[in-house]
Order: sequence, then structure tokens, then C-alpha cells
Amino acid sequence: MQATVTIDHELCKGCLLCIPVCPPRVLVMSETVNRKGYRYPLLQDGCTGCELCAKVCPDFCFEVYREAKHGAATS
Amino acid sequence: MSGPLEKVFAPSDLLLRSEHSLCPGCGEPVALRTILELVSELDVRERTICVAGIGCYTAFPPIMDVDVMQALHGRAPSVATGVKRVRPDAVVFTMQGDGDMASEGLQEVLHAAARGENFTAIVFNNAVFGETGGHMTATTVLGQHTKTTVGGRDRERHGSPIKIAELIAQLDGAAYVARAAVHSAAAIHLAKQYLRDAFRAQLDGKGFSLVEILTMCPTDWFVRPEEGPAFLESRLVPIYPLGIVKAV
Amino acid sequence: MSERVLMEGSSAMAEAAVRAGCRFYAGYPITPSTEILEYMSTRLPAVGGTCMNAESEIEAIGMVWGAAGCGVRAMTASTGQGISLMQESFAELANAEIPVVAVNMGRGQGDYFQATRGGGHGDYRFIVLSPASAQEAVDLAHRAFHLADKWRNPVMIMGDFLLSHTAEIVDLAPPPLPSLPAKAWAITGAAGRRGINLSPIMAPEKLSSDHGAHLGRALAKHAAIKAEETRAETAWLDDAELVVVAFGFPGRFARYAVRLARERGMRVGFVRPITLWPFPSAVVADAAAGARAMAVFELNAGQMIEDVELAVRGRVPVHAIGGVSHDHSGFGVGPLLDVEHLLRRITDVYARSAA
Repeated sequence: MQATVTIDHELCKGCLLCIPVCPPRVLVMSETVNRKGYRYPLLQDGCTGCELCAKVCPDFCFEVYREAKHGAATS
Repeated sequence: MSGPLEKVFAPSDLLLRSEHSLCPGCGEPVALRTILELVSELDVRERTICVAGIGCYTAFPPIMDVDVMQALHGRAPSVATGVKRVRPDAVVFTMQGDGDMASEGLQEVLHAAARGENFTAIVFNNAVFGETGGHMTATTVLGQHTKTTVGGRDRERHGSPIKIAELIAQLDGAAYVARAAVHSAAAIHLAKQYLRDAFRAQLDGKGFSLVEILTMCPTDWFVRPEEGPAFLESRLVPIYPLGIVKAV
Repeated sequence: MSERVLMEGSSAMAEAAVRAGCRFYAGYPITPSTEILEYMSTRLPAVGGTCMNAESEIEAIGMVWGAAGCGVRAMTASTGQGISLMQESFAELANAEIPVVAVNMGRGQGDYFQATRGGGHGDYRFIVLSPASAQEAVDLAHRAFHLADKWRNPVMIMGDFLLSHTAEIVDLAPPPLPSLPAKAWAITGAAGRRGINLSPIMAPEKLSSDHGAHLGRALAKHAAIKAEETRAETAWLDDAELVVVAFGFPGRFARYAVRLARERGMRVGFVRPITLWPFPSAVVADAAAGARAMAVFELNAGQMIEDVELAVRGRVPVHAIGGVSHDHSGFGVGPLLDVEHLLRRITDVYARSAA
């Protein structure tokens, strides 16, 4: 399924909670740091739009997009 | 064949700003977002009044697009009582921490529950005084290290923790009591369901409702942010089991 | 339209509050304020209001906070010990600029400092009104709610055991008071607008970082309150060589004793502060300007006398002619509250002050 997330790098505080929660493991932490000094997640190919990263993120970094089909958003 | 992408999830539009000053890995913003999502879902924003206690979450009122009455440490239940009594059509919830509710304010929440005051008390329980930098509250668990229980809370010296949900459930005026957590997506989903139940109990005029939400506090648990969920699961959940404790 | 009835002071004050629009009361039984709670328990539900018998004084003032924060005229009453318990909330209600009316039915007059200095933390002030009769209590009850709303500042009515339990003829007709604007600051649910905060520690506007301005506003009003709201009763000041200062119900005893002194040829004057804060310093200073001495009558170890001394600024001696005085019950109806005794004290100070 076509899906993606947008990640606001500057909001991230590097808590790492999103990394293990992603089922296809497509989030990896950056090598560079944001203005606060934290590393932040980068999205690789394979996102399924499951929203788990967005739901656990304490800093509201994620927005999730999925291909518009018959089904509604899950939240 | 791929079609256009639609946005299926964004942080609640009742969050006026995403940026906040709480710690990496803190569970309270997750709980806040869940509450605000529910307020939107129930379409009650225009009659929602939050009565906030004092803790790290005191940083939230400036970014919540609902009316907020800030109370003193421990005192949100009496303030919420006054609010709900004069505005019975408002959807009133308190936002408190475990130190606020179970230490300073235990008397207040017990009396409000006994009276069956028709508001929803929400407590973010991270078993520690977060805002002051990591001190024992009434819900700190045995063996938990804090700056006032160095080496771990000891039954002989520091007594035993108070289980808020079970205590409140004993009171006849309490109509719905549940305990949730935000350390996993599944737990967050269940937290929202329990909050929905609690707000429904209020909307149906059934009496006092309380949702205790276990939240991560890696800073004052002295663990790394990514270890917060495991700490919550292994150290708090055995003492504070998740689930619906009472539903009238 | 006059409406004269025989009522005890507590009941008269409570009835006046209801007629002033008070629709929420929360209190805890404590002598000698309990009758207000009792009165409100039946009266408020009859007019669609709410009366709560709270489980503690701290919870009582919390409930009043919640109701008043929603824009409802709300009130509590207690006595010194219970007022002590409410101090944290008092201080922060003032910072949050939430109007509440709190009655302190004192035991004796020992709560003057508590009322006027405040037992809470920070730079806050309460407006403090001191009736000397049931009729004045009716009048000041109406004014208390008016002033609280006008200034967005808590108001305390300082009463005592005599006020609460003395039955007098009162006219319940309300004093004429100007209308006030709607309470745009009140928490009502964010219908048709962004949410607002009502807080002692942060600005009302969401996303604001300017909390200093918020607290500055709460404190900046004190000078204006002093300029506009100070009140005192004065008598016989034109030729006074000795001026007696007293407040509350005991002030009536003092005034009566002053009248007796004048009948005996002594040139004695009288000042009764009606606002204990703001204290009528200018009135007291003017009275002192033409006199040889001041005599302060209060049933405590010396509290208002400090405000008199501050106003007089050492121009003339200030004598204490009251004192701690209780009967066996612990309330302020002791041997010092006696006109003959007062007259002897006044006569004595008058003689010693003569050139």
C-alpha cells in the first residue's frame, strides 16, 4: 500500500520511541542533529501508513498519509 | 496502481502548537493528545472546561484550544466541583498528576468521588514528582529510586504506594474508574477507549468518573527515554494493573 | 422600596448576598459563621443556586474558586482558623483576578492582621469591609460583590460574634450601585472563540509567554482601589483633642462611650474605618492633625493600632485602650467590651493628654 509520513525534524527530542514501534522498521535515526542537538528519524522505503510512530511520539513530529481507498483512517 | 495520498493522521487540531518543553520520552504529551482527540471526536470542544493541577503538565494549558481553569496543587477536584455545579452542561475534566492527586490532593478527589460529582478526573500517574525533579509521591512503587527514596522506596521507612483507581472505585459516588497507559500504541488505543467511557459516564449524568493513565517519566525514573516503556511495563503495571476497575 | 425585617446579622448578610446575585456558596461549619451556611442551605436552592457543605475549608474555597471562575457570584464564610486554611487559595485567587467574597466572622477582633495583611504568600491584597451593624452588613454585602466584580479582586467582610448573633431591624432594599460590564474573562467553554486560560500563574491568552504582564495587572490596581474605595465613619472631629479609633461592632460601643464623654465636656472625636483595607489613612492623619492624642480600641493585642500609627507618623501619641478580651466561651464578649470601662479608659487618656 502506498503510504508515507512527514517528520518535523526540529520537534524531535531523540527519544527513540518510534524506532522499534515501526513494524517494517523503516525509521532510522539520522547522523546529524537538529537545532536542539537531537538526532531525529529518517524515513526509508516501505512505510505502510500504520500510524504507530505518530501515536507513540511525544513530540507530535509525524503526520501520516495513505493512499485514498474505500477504507477510512483508523484513528 | 497508486492513487493520491490523503492525510490520515495528524496531531489534534486542538493543539495550538506542537512544540512543548516536556522531556524526551515523556508520556504526558501522548496522554494530552489522546484527550484532545477525544474532545474533537465527541464534538464537545465548545463546552469543555479543563481544570488543571500543578505538575509538568501545567505547561499544557497555553497550547490547548479549550477553556482551562488553572487550580492549585491538589485542588482541581474542588474547583471542578464548583465549575460543574454552576455549569452542569459543561464537559468538565481535571488534568492532574499522581503527586497532585494522591499526595497533596487525596482528600479532594475522595470527597468529590464520594459526592458523585459529575466530572471526569484524569490523573497522569508516573509514580514520581516530575516537576520538582524526582521525589517520592504516594504512588511511588516499592524499590523505586527517587531523590527522597535513595536506593529504592522501602516499606519500613517510606510506607507503601496508594492505588488510586482501586481506592476511588470503593466510593459509591464513583460510576466509572479505569486505569490505562501510554507506553505502546495498543495501550494508547485502550486509553482512549477508557477516556471515551468516562466522558460518556459524565454525559449520561452517572456520577464521578476517573481514568488513571500511567505515563513514562524517564528523567525521574533515571532511565533513558527509550527505556521508559519497558520500565512502565515491568515496574508499574504489576502494581497498577490496567483495565476497567468499575463501571456502573 | 423599603423592606424592614428583624434579622440576625448572619442571616441579614446572607439574604443580602442572595439579593446581590450570589448563586453559589460553599462553606464548612465553624462558629460563629455557621448560620450563614445554614441560611444558604435553604435559601440558595430556592433561587436556583447551589450551597455546598464542603468537607473542609480548603475544599470550600476551591469550590467557590470554580464557581466564581465561571462568572457566578460566589461566597464563603468562616472564622479565623478556617480563614487560615484558605490562605493559599486566597493569594492565588487574587493573582488570577477572580472575584470572590469571603466573610470572616471573627472571634473577637484578633483577625485584623489576617484580613488586612493577608496570611497568604505574595503581594496580593484583599479589599476588607467592616460592618458595625446588621444594616451596614446588608449594605456592605451588596458592595462586596460589586467591588469584587468591579476590580476583579477578592473582598473580605470582617464580622464578629456580635454581628452574627445580634438581631436588629434591617432594611433589605439594596443600595444603588452602578452596573458593571459582562465578565469577558470568565470560563464558559470556548464557543465561537479560541480557548482561554484563567490562571494565577499564566496569561489568559493561549500561546502567550508574557506572564509578567499578567501578574503586573493583578497588582497594579491596588493604588486605584486605595484612591476610590476607602471609607470611614467620622464624628465630632472638628474640636477633638482626643480621637478614638475603633472598627466593627465594638466600634459602636466605642462611639457610644465617646458620646458619653462629650456629654461630660470632653472634646473627643471618633473615627471608624469601614474599609480596613484600604485603610483610611488620610482620614486618620487629618483627625490626628488637630488633636493631642489618639486612642485605639480593639479586642486584640494591638493590630489596627499599627495602621493608626502609620497614618499618624508620630505626630501625636497613640494609646491602646482595648486588649484581648474573651468570656469563658472563647469569643470576644469579654469584660473589656463594656461602655463604662471604655469611658474610664477614654477619660484617663484624655486627662493624661491635656497640656
